[in-house]
Amino acid sequence: MRTTLTVNGERHDLSHDERLSLLDAIRDQIGLTGTKKGCDHGQCGACTVHVNGRRVNSCLTLAAMHDGDEITTIEGLGTPDAPGAMQASFQACDGFQCGFCTAGQIMSASAVLEEIGRGEPSHVSSSLSSIDGMTDGELAERMSGNLCRCSAYPMIRAAIARAAEAAE
Amino acid sequence: MRPFDYRRAETLDSVAEGGRIIAGGTNLLDLMKLQVEIPDTLVDINRIAGLDRIEPQGEGLRIGALVTNTEVAADPRIRAGYPVLARAILAGASGQIRNKATTGGNLLQRTRCPYFYDPAMACNKREPGAGCSAQGGVGRMLAVFGTSDACLAAHPSDMAVGLRVLEARVEVRGTDGATRQLALEDFYCLPGDRPDIESVVQPGEIITAVILPAPVAGSVQSYRKVRDRASYAFALVSVAAVATMRDGRIDHLSLAYGSVAPRPWGDDAVTDALVGQAPDAGLFRRAADRLTAGHTPHPDAAYKLPLLRRSLQSVLHEVTGLSEAAIGTDKAEAFA
Ligand SMILES: Cc1cc2nc3c(=O)[nH]c(=O)nc-3n(C[C@H](O)[C@H](O)[C@H](O)COP(=O)(O)OP(=O)(O)OC[C@H]3O[C@@H](n4cnc5c(N)ncnc54)[C@H](O)[C@@H]3O)c2cc1C
Ligand code: FES
Ligand code: FES
Repeated sequence: MRTTLTVNGERHDLSHDERLSLLDAIRDQIGLTGTKKGCDHGQCGACTVHVNGRRVNSCLTLAAMHDGDEITTIEGLGTPDAPGAMQASFQACDGFQCGFCTAGQIMSASAVLEEIGRGEPSHVSSSLSSIDGMTDGELAERMSGNLCRCSAYPMIRAAIARAAEAAE
Repeated sequence: MRPFDYRRAETLDSVAEGGRIIAGGTNLLDLMKLQVEIPDTLVDINRIAGLDRIEPQGEGLRIGALVTNTEVAADPRIRAGYPVLARAILAGASGQIRNKATTGGNLLQRTRCPYFYDPAMACNKREPGAGCSAQGGVGRMLAVFGTSDACLAAHPSDMAVGLRVLEARVEVRGTDGATRQLALEDFYCLPGDRPDIESVVQPGEIITAVILPAPVAGSVQSYRKVRDRASYAFALVSVAAVATMRDGRIDHLSLAYGSVAPRPWGDDAVTDALVGQAPDAGLFRRAADRLTAGHTPHPDAAYKLPLLRRSLQSVLHEVTGLSEAAIGTDKAEAFA
């Protein structure tokens, strides 16, 4: 079957088996290997990308379901020479050790700032109508879908808080 | 994953032609990768127009089947009028999964029983008549109410518990195009000797919406989820409550319980005995004892009974004002 995806602004016409996940389309067919496969079951967040501006696990969705959609991957946020704000903040704060979870962490983190910006509450928000802001507890809850085997969590939260401050 | 045909439905009528519905895919694809689910045909319903909106209906709201869990929890009308639903959804899964998970798919997500997930083990839900490995197996996530000899599995949804406590109705469209509405307790089937049949939705049928009645004005609502870690884990038990007080007595009360039964659980006798009473620790203890009396679950899941009793008492204290409201307990307000 055929599917058209726009990844980081570039159009790709794919010919593929029905079973192709969005993750495998991005890595194996389009060749963008920044997005990682950890569990392939929605449990780790390593495969997080943005679909039409929302973060999702690319392993738990079919490429076929995204015909015409706009996808952003870690490569779309910046390059090694010109990193995006969240990428630079992870570098500055040592927000990683082995780096395997990092692309997913950064994709998730950049979406979290937008979700807080839109006033969307989380499980730990004391009120559903006004958000407590960028507290450590809010960041830990909102980032709980991204596991880090190296347990770089404190530095990851520091990196997100720094990027949020810089954006203000 | 086994090969399958993929078909995109553009209209509700074309769903009736058959095939397994895929919405967010976050549960179905997980299970297809494990070959627990092996559908011949997938029908992608994401392009069907009109199912992705929350609209006023009567004095309440109509939530289309494709509205995502994120959109429901963030909707200002839901946050104001039905805070227990927002809280239940936000207590489940992760931000990424809630962005993809849909209202219809969440209702029909399947159990997390480890024997259901393992095709090498006998499971009547996966293969009717094969036997139940949970009987005599290990099972701290199993149900404690509503089980049968054929199946001990619990329904894992948080959202469905929020919907039950709000007395929501599920709209199902039949293959002839006619729709019917069902309360949550009628929408889900208890396992009996056919645990593979989990709801009244037949092949070719589709959930089109969930309908919320008018918000319970002035109510205090709460969702309490107890789990192994603070986030991103399924409930061991959960309690949802909606209460209003008048002259120091409980005026209106609705209670629902999650991860303790094959469907979001309720017990009218327990709830009814509390209405009209003045809130009191002894009263709440007796209600909790009544809720679990006479049940002897699988030994590994027996801890759920005292956990549920304590969770219920704590929630009742909060929604009746006997103790201070913690995070997860909110006052409902009318919405414009
Ligand atoms: C790692 C992980 C953690 C999770 N944690 C939680 C948690 O803590 N709490 C919780 O409640 N849930 C949790 N979930 C489950 C999650 O909520 C469900 O996967 C999700 O809600 C399913 O929605 P979906 O749209 O993706 O469904 P799909 O996977 O698309 O479909 C699920 C089922 O519903 C059927 N279906 C879908 N839409 C319709 C319709 N409109 N009409 C008829 N049938 C339909 C499908 O045929 C399928 O059988 C978790 C999931 C994962 C992967
Ligand atoms: S690879 Fe997708 S969540 Fe782990
Ligand atoms: S940095 Fe190694 S898994 Fe996160």
